[in-house]
Amino acid sequence: MKQKTVAAVGAAETTELGRIPNMSVIQLHADAALNAMADCGLKPSDIDGVATAGISPTELAYYLGITPTYADGTSVGGCSFMLHVRHAAAAINEGLAKTILITHGESGRSRVGAGRFGGGTSSLPGQFESPYGPVGPPSMFTIPVLRYLKTRGYSIEDLANVAVVQREWAAKNPRATMKDPITVDDVMNARMIAYPFTLLMCCLVTDGGGAIILTSAERAKDFPQKPVYILGTGESVETPMVSQMEDFNSSKAFRVSGKKAFDEAGISHKDVDHLMIYDAFAHLPLYGLEDLGFCKPGEAAAFIRERHTAIENVGKPGSLPLNTNGGGLSYMHSGMYGMYAMQESIRQLRGIAPAQVPGAKISISHGVGGMFAASGTVIWSNEAP
Amino acid sequence: MDRVLPEPTPETQHFWDGCKAGELLLQRCTECTKSYFPPRPFCPKCGSRKVEVFKATGKGKLWSYVINHRPRPDLGTEPHSIAVVMLDEGPQMMTNIVGCPQTPEALQLDMPVEVKFEDFGKITLPLFKPAGA
Repeated sequence: MKQKTVAAVGAAETTELGRIPNMSVIQLHADAALNAMADCGLKPSDIDGVATAGISPTELAYYLGITPTYADGTSVGGCSFMLHVRHAAAAINEGLAKTILITHGESGRSRVGAGRFGGGTSSLPGQFESPYGPVGPPSMFTIPVLRYLKTRGYSIEDLANVAVVQREWAAKNPRATMKDPITVDDVMNARMIAYPFTLLMCCLVTDGGGAIILTSAERAKDFPQKPVYILGTGESVETPMVSQMEDFNSSKAFRVSGKKAFDEAGISHKDVDHLMIYDAFAHLPLYGLEDLGFCKPGEAAAFIRERHTAIENVGKPGSLPLNTNGGGLSYMHSGMYGMYAMQESIRQLRGIAPAQVPGAKISISHGVGGMFAASGTVIWSNEAP
Repeated sequence: MDRVLPEPTPETQHFWDGCKAGELLLQRCTECTKSYFPPRPFCPKCGSRKVEVFKATGKGKLWSYVINHRPRPDLGTEPHSIAVVMLDEGPQMMTNIVGCPQTPEALQLDMPVEVKFEDFGKITLPLFKPAGA
């Protein structure tokens, strides 16, 4: 897509995060959407495009009283919202709609008005993975990791350290679910979920939502908030079965999506001030750093251990602040976390993040869908075109 | 609790029939010769419909795994492996490693494994065990 032709002008999460037993899934979408509209001074009648995953865009439009000329129901898991941003940017440039609302809401913990996870017993995963007993992501997404650790020469402690460093960021965030400091030993000694993964290497399960409103860069100037422009985007999909990943040491979808986004944005890695990598589990930031090209294969664990992604490294922030809201491991994770990664990128570029990276100009939100099944990448900039 | 079992489709029926008969069946393309899994009536590499079913050796190595400490009710109450085996013919296959302790010490990456069919009535599943065990 063309650089900086589209911007986020409204962005917000649900009023509450964490445990929200009094709201159904559709209401979580609506609560976030209304907050995002309030953020940029719009009403539902001002919105002419909708995109969402989990529920259908039809449900969303009907519930909010929106009559759209553009509806996107792309649903490829937790990074769906990154793909929605990408498609919406193209749609705005093509004149399919002027103002597009993208929402997420999920009652991951309270399960109010929530559907079931997974497909039927005749689907490919139903036939060739489910019979062997995986119980959702904790025992599925984690399956390639022992191979990855062996190939790269990483230890299980390196996984634990990802959670430790992210908790330091979460400590600065009043809305983070988990804020207390933890050590590598705490993570290693936490309850075993699916060896080698302990509880603290797995994301939270919480309730919440978020919404983003996009419009053309030209119109964006007239809105109250500082626009956050889309610089480049990428997306890809690989396989619905983690067992069939081409390479257990690297996500093809990550590589394709990331490269496309960098190519579109016309930037290099040193231009990036802030990075969000969807961390459903502790191995995701390691794969992400390598597959996006920030680290050579085999160097990501040391990069984190040497505090380059940390809130503090020898008296100043690390050179590449990563998952600065605390991530899915410590901030929140309702099921499809990609929306929160983008919310944090937008907060950082507006300059209003609880753990603000001083002077951040370019941020990347990189998402995963399913278990390395899909990926979406959005590169944002707060500098006007 | 009864094991949750797959429902074969027209494209996969031969695989499950093979398991029932004690044979691990893979497919390969007769044009580009790639062996592949899971079953489908065309080659996922080159798109050719000229494919054939063949009997695999049933041998491979332990490629990666987790030990699930929260078993699904139909898999019992004890922690168990959920593994991916790299077959000698090339394809990767999810399975359980049986016939050895379900511990990191007993489950060493790259150890040779071989198929061990387990009958669950309607369906026979291809599980794997340490080679020679």
